[in-house]
Amino acid sequence: MSNSIHVSVWRGGEQGQFEAFDVPRQPSQTVLDVVTYIQRNIDPTLSYRFACRVGMCGSCAMTVNGKPRWTCRTHVNKVAGDGTLEISPLRNLKVVKDLACDMTDFFDKMNRAEGKFHPTKSRHDDFDVVLPDDPARKLAAQAIECIGCAVCYSACDVVEWNKDYLGPAALNRAWTLVNDVRDGGNKARLTAVSGDAGCHACHSQQGCVKHCPKNLSPTFSITGLKRATAKAALKGEL
Amino acid sequence: MFRGHRQHAHYWAFALHRIAGLLLALFLPAHFYVLALSIEGAAAMDGFIRWTDAPLVKLAETVLVILLAAHLTGGLRLMALEFIGTRESSKAAVAIGTGIALAVGLMFLLNVT
Repeated sequence: MSNSIHVSVWRGGEQGQFEAFDVPRQPSQTVLDVVTYIQRNIDPTLSYRFACRVGMCGSCAMTVNGKPRWTCRTHVNKVAGDGTLEISPLRNLKVVKDLACDMTDFFDKMNRAEGKFHPTKSRHDDFDVVLPDDPARKLAAQAIECIGCAVCYSACDVVEWNKDYLGPAALNRAWTLVNDVRDGGNKARLTAVSGDAGCHACHSQQGCVKHCPKNLSPTFSITGLKRATAKAALKGEL
Repeated sequence: MFRGHRQHAHYWAFALHRIAGLLLALFLPAHFYVLALSIEGAAAMDGFIRWTDAPLVKLAETVLVILLAAHLTGGLRLMALEFIGTRESSKAAVAIGTGIALAVGLMFLLNVT
């Protein structure tokens, strides 16, 4: 293990260039540690985004050596075998400055996919009983741990080709609600996800599955939506 | 083409399926032309069939058979993903599909030599 890492960091907005830094290597060092070191010790004008540092908040995703990753849980040892790192902002999102992206489109698409809860009961009604081994609950459980980091969105070629495509995270979120017995918004939701920019646009390349730091399978959720929308269309509900 | 986020088996399976499909679509007009030869007469058709005995043409035919098998297994993989909802075993599906495609090509090659 050499004593320093050669790091190329994207500087600027949509138009910009890489800038080289040498950062001392530390045991158990993460890529976020490297970026933080540069900002605190070399160039305080470097912009990037993070919050929790423990893989819960989904703010620190960046492109590391060509692949989208959560930087707070990515060890330098794992990705910089030859002692070099190239860090750039996530693909498919507008760059605000340096490593910080504008996440507006990503979160707007959660709404456009009806990724919000539509309650069916008031405080006067009794609770719904959702058993842990209920089949719909199990399907929801497989998809529900999304932290909204946009790694899948960045790994997806369909998002790159079709700017309106809702993307893996929004469709995955919609699938969790399709399987929520308490929710009453499925007609609007299935309509929202069945357009040209919805679930049927997915090419099953599975870049989202490959790169999701939480090991979720948005492709599985999207194929679920494809079947659900097809069934609803056959029943004349769409 | 194989940028960082594309370096995984499922992307290669997607690319192979698409490329095989495109090449097969390009081959279709040639296929129909040969079928049309048989309407023109036995001599024209026999002449063409003798031409296909050349080793290079046989090799091209083997590639064609592999493309067909690859496109077929790629389609089966997609249908398994979409209708059965395979989750964990889809990487195995890529491997099995590629294996079957190559095996079919090998069987064709062994049969013609």
